[in-house]
Amino acid sequence: MSTPILELKGLRKRFGALVVTDDVTLDVLSREIHAVIGPNGAGKTTLINEITGEVAPDAGTILFAGRDVTRLPVHARALMGLARSFQITQVLPDFSVLENVAIAAQAHRGSSFRFLANAAGEADLNERAMAALDQVGLTARARIAARVLSHGEKRQLEIAMLLVAEPKLLLLDEPMAGMGREETERMVDVLMQLKGRYPMMLVEHDMHAVFRLADRISVLVYGRVIASGPPNAVRADPSVREAYLGEEELV
Amino acid sequence: MSTTLLAVQTLNGLQLGVLLFLIAAGLTLVFGVMDFINLAHGVQYMLGAYLAAMFVAMTGNFFFGLLLALAVALAFGLVLEVLVMRHLYDRDHLEQVLATFGIILFLNEGVKIVWGAAPLHVPTPELLSGSVAIVEGILYPVWRLAIITAGLVIALVLYIVVAHTRVGMLIRAGATNAPMVSALGVDIRRLFMIVFGFGAMLAGFAGAMAAPVLSVEPGMGDNLLILAFVVIVIGGIGSIRGAFVGALVVGLVDTLGRSFSVDLLRMAGLGPGDARTIGPAIASMSIYILMAAVLYFRPTGLFPAKG
Amino acid sequence: MADAALPKPLAAPAIWRRLWLPLAIFAALALVPLFFPGDRYVLTLVARAMILGIAALALDLVLGYGALVSFGHAAFIGIGGYAIGIAMEHGLVEGFVTIPLAIAAGALFALVTGAISLKTRGVYFIMITLAFGQMAFFTAQSLARYGGDDGLRMYGRTEFFGYRWLQNEVVFFYVVFALLVATFFLLRTIVNSRFGRVLRGAKENERRMRALGFDPFRYRLAAYVLSGAVCALAGALLANQTQFVAPAYMSWQRSGELIVMVVLGGMGTLTGPILGAAVIVLVEEALSRVWQHWKVIFGILVVLVALFAKGGIVHLIERRRG
Repeated sequence: MSTPILELKGLRKRFGALVVTDDVTLDVLSREIHAVIGPNGAGKTTLINEITGEVAPDAGTILFAGRDVTRLPVHARALMGLARSFQITQVLPDFSVLENVAIAAQAHRGSSFRFLANAAGEADLNERAMAALDQVGLTARARIAARVLSHGEKRQLEIAMLLVAEPKLLLLDEPMAGMGREETERMVDVLMQLKGRYPMMLVEHDMHAVFRLADRISVLVYGRVIASGPPNAVRADPSVREAYLGEEELV
Repeated sequence: MSTTLLAVQTLNGLQLGVLLFLIAAGLTLVFGVMDFINLAHGVQYMLGAYLAAMFVAMTGNFFFGLLLALAVALAFGLVLEVLVMRHLYDRDHLEQVLATFGIILFLNEGVKIVWGAAPLHVPTPELLSGSVAIVEGILYPVWRLAIITAGLVIALVLYIVVAHTRVGMLIRAGATNAPMVSALGVDIRRLFMIVFGFGAMLAGFAGAMAAPVLSVEPGMGDNLLILAFVVIVIGGIGSIRGAFVGALVVGLVDTLGRSFSVDLLRMAGLGPGDARTIGPAIASMSIYILMAAVLYFRPTGLFPAKG
Repeated sequence: MADAALPKPLAAPAIWRRLWLPLAIFAALALVPLFFPGDRYVLTLVARAMILGIAALALDLVLGYGALVSFGHAAFIGIGGYAIGIAMEHGLVEGFVTIPLAIAAGALFALVTGAISLKTRGVYFIMITLAFGQMAFFTAQSLARYGGDDGLRMYGRTEFFGYRWLQNEVVFFYVVFALLVATFFLLRTIVNSRFGRVLRGAKENERRMRALGFDPFRYRLAAYVLSGAVCALAGALLANQTQFVAPAYMSWQRSGELIVMVVLGGMGTLTGPILGAAVIVLVEEALSRVWQHWKVIFGILVVLVALFAKGGIVHLIERRRG
C-alpha cells in the first residue's frame, strides 16, 4: 500500500461566520484521479487554495509527498512538484506560448538569478517546452502571444505549463469550465492520456467527464465531505442524490 | 521639560491632528470609494488658505470670508473633478499619481502668479483672538482651541453622516465595493462627484482655519499632504475612523517628537551635542518609523474598510 | 507525434533593427561635442540630460519591468551625490574609491528600504517609498556638518589616479556618455536574462508565477537594489557636474519628475527613459528661459502626459514606422 501523494487531515476554514471548509479529510493516491464534486459554493476552490497555500487553513494538516506543507508558501509547494491550474486560466499574456512553458520549465531547472545569458535562447528549456506543447497539441501556436489564444487553447497552454515541470501532483480547478463539446472532448482525451502517470485532484462540474476520468470521487457540500469512494458507490449514495436534487443530473 | 510645555505641545499636537484629519478624511474617502490617489489634495488645502486670505481681506470679516472661500474651493474642486480626475478613475494608480502631481506643480506656481511668492497674513478674528488660561498658569491661543473644536465637531458630524444617513451608507458601500454599488443601480458618477467635492471642501476648510496661525505660502500643502497619506496608510484606507485615530496619533507623535526628541535622547543617555544633532533628524523621521511599524504588523492599516 | 521543429525565439527580428532607435540616439549624442565645439552651455545641458537618463533607466527597471511605482527614487541620486561630496570633505577624491562607495551606498539603502517596502503592495508601496525618500531628505537637511539645507559645495571633481581628468568638459561629457551606453546595454541584457524574465512574468501575472515556483519578492528586491545602485551612480555624476549636492536633489518633486521622464519616454522600453529624460531636461531649460513661472506650463504638461501618454514617445515613434 503506497503512501498517498496528498493527505488532508481535519482541514477547517471559516471566513467570518461562514464555514468554508468543515473538517475535510481526504487523500490522493499516487496513480489515481480523485475528483471533487459538489454544488456551487461548496468550497471546492477554497479547498484547492488551501492545498496550494494561497489560503491558510484555521486548523488541520496538509501532507504532500510525505512532508507537512501546511505552513509552506505557495512557491515552495510548487517547487516540490505541486502543480495547479486555475478556474480562470492564468497564463502570461504578453509572452509567447513557447516562452510561457519555458518559464514554467525554468523554475525547476537551475537558478533564475542569472543576469547575463539570454533566456529565450536556452535550448534545453525550449526543447522541454516544445515537448510539453506537443503533449497538449499546441505546437502550431508556439510563437503566438498567449493573450491571442482562444479560451480552450489557453487551458491547453496551462496544462503544458504544468506538465513541463514534471509535477508530482496535478490540481485541476474546473479545467472543462466554459468549453464547448469539442474542446471538452479534447481536454478529456488529454487527461486520459495523463491518467496513471500523474496523480490528479480534479474539481469539476461536468459529470460526464468526471465519471469517465475519476478513480474516486469525493462530494463536498457546504465545506463538508458527505461521500467518498469509487464512482458507482457515490452515484448510488442517497445523501449525494439529495444534495444534487435540483442541481445537475448525475449520469 | 516642564508640564506647561508638555501641555501646550500636546494641544498643538491635537491641533495638527485635527487639521490632518480634515485633509485625510477627504483623501481616504476618495481613495476608498473611487480607488483614486489624489496627490492634489494638499493644494486644495493651500487653496482654501489663499482664498480665505483674499476674501477675509476683501470683506473685512473672517466668517464671510470663510464662507466665500469654502464656496469657491468647492467649485474649484468640482471643476478639477470634471476636467481631470473623472478621466482617471479607470486608470492605473501610476497615471493618477502623475496627473495629480502635475496639478500640484501647476497650482503651487499658480498661486505665486496670483498672490505673489511672499507669505500672506490672515488676522485672527477679533472674537477668537488672544489666549485663554485652560488650566492654572497655562495659556493657550483661543484660535487654536477653535480649530481643535471645529475639527472634533466635524469629525462627529462626519461620523453621524457616514454611519446613519443614506448617503453615508452609499459611501461606506462604495468604499467596500464600488462596482457592486454601481451594479445595484446607484448613480456612481454623482456619488463620486459628491465625495470628491465634499473632500475638497474639507481640505479647503482646514486651510482656511489654519491660515491665521500657519504661514500662507506656496507649497504649504505639500508636507501636510505627505503626512495625510501617512495618516490614511496607518488608519486604513477608506475608513473615517481610521483617519481620525491615525491623524491624532500622527499629529501628537510628530509634534511631541519635534519638541522633545532632544530631551528624550538625553534621557536615554546620549550626550547633549549628539542629542542635538540626531534629535531633529529622528523627530522628522518618527512618523515614518511609526508607519513602517504599523504596516509591518497590519499591512492594510488599523481599520481598513475593505475587510 | 512527429518531432516538431523548434521555432526561433520570439526576439526574432534582426538585432540591429530592434536597436535602431537607441543606436541613433547614441550616435546623435556622441556627435554633440563635434557640432558644438567649446560650447560649455550645450555640453553641460546634454550631459545633465544623459545623467538623468541613467537615473531614469534605473527607475525603468523597477517601474517598467517590475511594475513598482517608487516615489522615492530621487533619494538614491542624493545618496550617490552625498557619498561623493562627503568623501571629498574628508579629503577622499580618488574616483576608483568614491564611485564604488557611492554605488554601494545606494545599493545598501535600496536593500534595507526595499526589504521593507516590497512587503507592501499598490498604494502602500508608493507611500512607503515616498516616506523613505522623505527620511533621506530630512537626514540630509539635518547634516549641519555637510551643509544642511544649503547643500555641500565641492571644490573640484572626482580625480582618477590623482589627476582631474573630469574637469575637462569634453572628457566629462564622454565619460557620462560611455556610462549611459554601458548602463543601457547592461540593463537590456539583464531584462532578457532568466532573472529579467521572472521579473517581467511577475509583472504580468504574479499569481501564476508563484504557482510556478517563483517568489517574486526576491527578484523584485534584487531589481530594486540594482536600480538603487545605478541611480546612485547617476547621483555621483550629477554631484560631479554641478560640484554641488543638496537635500533638494532628493525631494519628492524630483522623484515625481523622474517618473514623468520614464512614463513620457515610454515605460518598460529602456530607450524611452533616455528620450524622456532628454525631453524633460530640454523642456525645463527652454521654458525657464522664457517665463519665470514656467512650472505652470510644466504642470499642465505633466497632467497631459498622464492622461495621454500611453506607451510614451517610443510607442509613438514605433507606430509611425509601421
